[in-house]
Amino acid sequence: MSAMVCLQHVTKEFTAGKQTVRAVDDVSLEIERGEIFGVIGYSGAGKSTLVRLINALESPTSGTVVIDGETITGRTERQLRPVRARIGFIFQQFNLLGSRTVAGNVAYPLRVARWPKERREARVAELLEFVGLSDKARQYPDQLSGGQKQRVGIARALATSPGLLLADEATSALDPETTRDVLDLLRRVNTELGVTIVVISHEMSVVSYLCDRVAVMEAGKVVEEGDVYTIFSSPQQPVTRRFIATALHDRPGPDVVQRLRERHRGRIVTFGVRDGHGSGTFLSEQFRAHRVDGSIVYGGITDIGAKPLGSLTFELVGTEVDVDALLVTMREHTDVVEYGGPLTPTDTTVDEATADAATDDDARVEVAR
Amino acid sequence: MTGTEMLPLLWTAIGQTLTMVVSTLAIGGLAGLALGVALYTTRPGNLLENKPVSTVLNAIVNVVRPIPFIIFITAVQPLTIQVTGASYGTASVIFPLAIMATFGTSRIVEQNLVSLDPGLIEAARAMGAGPLRIIGTVIVREALGPLILGFTFLFVAITDMSAMAGAVSGGGLGDFALTYGYQRYDYVVTWVAVGVIVVIVQLAQLLGNRLAARVLHH
Repeated sequence: MSAMVCLQHVTKEFTAGKQTVRAVDDVSLEIERGEIFGVIGYSGAGKSTLVRLINALESPTSGTVVIDGETITGRTERQLRPVRARIGFIFQQFNLLGSRTVAGNVAYPLRVARWPKERREARVAELLEFVGLSDKARQYPDQLSGGQKQRVGIARALATSPGLLLADEATSALDPETTRDVLDLLRRVNTELGVTIVVISHEMSVVSYLCDRVAVMEAGKVVEEGDVYTIFSSPQQPVTRRFIATALHDRPGPDVVQRLRERHRGRIVTFGVRDGHGSGTFLSEQFRAHRVDGSIVYGGITDIGAKPLGSLTFELVGTEVDVDALLVTMREHTDVVEYGGPLTPTDTTVDEATADAATDDDARVEVAR
Repeated sequence: MTGTEMLPLLWTAIGQTLTMVVSTLAIGGLAGLALGVALYTTRPGNLLENKPVSTVLNAIVNVVRPIPFIIFITAVQPLTIQVTGASYGTASVIFPLAIMATFGTSRIVEQNLVSLDPGLIEAARAMGAGPLRIIGTVIVREALGPLILGFTFLFVAITDMSAMAGAVSGGGLGDFALTYGYQRYDYVVTWVAVGVIVVIVQLAQLLGNRLAARVLHH
């Protein structure tokens, strides 16, 4: 069975005056049928252009786009319309037609597809039921909350039963609680209707909650790609580490380390928590075996793809020999970051990614806003 | 002039003015809507982006629109005779009125469409809609409220132009006020003409506001 989406060396350039900007730079990707695939990157990384190449709103400068086994590159505008009609698309700003009711908005793609009135009405009722907005059918979009608007957007995108749904920053205009509702709805779309979903986001938490696999984009290129747990547990690129730090918040930054050292007399050490390693019982067993007392002073564990991931920072109290022996054992099982104690601070061991995450990244997020 | 003398003349003048304004609004409004949509959609980055067409249309609109209407009527008179077969009378002035209204309308339409959220057009494209469908069901439909208000504004402008057309030969309330009021130093006649025009314009404004409010469902 062929992939749902296959991009082969796709490049997209935009020319404005004499300047040429390469928004997407030689990207090759395969998105399998039935999966939820995330594309993450900062603003301007090329994610929105990438998703518009997938549904043929943009044509690539070079390279080939294959959707569901069909090559769509090189077709005329008129030939592309039926291709677009078979791909659902939801937008950050919802893009609902203000002059039409909720039902009218959901019916719009069915009108484009020339469905007869009766089938159209039945389908609209079914879709509104699915997204939980049956009682809002006669209302207008400006009477709805953001979350409700995006539900209408999802119902509209699903109207013609597409096999592929593209979500371009679909939750970025929503508050955290509404975001969760909409993400749950998207997951239902995937599991109950079997729709392949491509999620574009700048929020790693969205990707970690929803996606099976993820591609990280930077300056038009896909710099890292893989299943979400692997990317989270062993990121290779600096940009990926920064994104992960925003989602996990599990490691202390330099300023936090400083305060921990001031507050605690023991040695401050961070243990990575991975699937099968560094779990709670394993840690307490090792503490007992090495006669070391450990109390948690910082950390967090997140569920990524139904597996635990994160890290815990301990204040370790015991003889120096015992603590050293504990750390040697732990290093065999998980990653260990030592911040030293109040008398012997080992600044050099503050690992690069953590320092990066706490300073550089916060500044970047501010800029992005 | 006594009331009984004035009334039949006034009725005729009102009839002529309404004929001019309504016909002009119908012809110039439709043609202007088409031209305005063309100006908007051919702009760079828009649905039917087309630099040469956009440049030519803009040049034509920019050349014609600033011509003072009273001069425009006389300037296009040879063409008016060709098209309407007459050089004077209410029917003949509808021709220059409609042309001028078309260009005026086109800019009003374009300005109202520019504020349209491009995301709506992108959404319709993403659903597989073609350009003609998008123009009809998204661009014009979504801007309908402001467009109706634009057309109401246009009604007032055409009423203004029709008074000038009256001075040149078209008849109507402008002609009535000038011939029986201004030239005979009979201010009462002028004021009656002014009063009637104010009432017509107010009624049109009221109707326009009502329609727009309905479309905007507020």
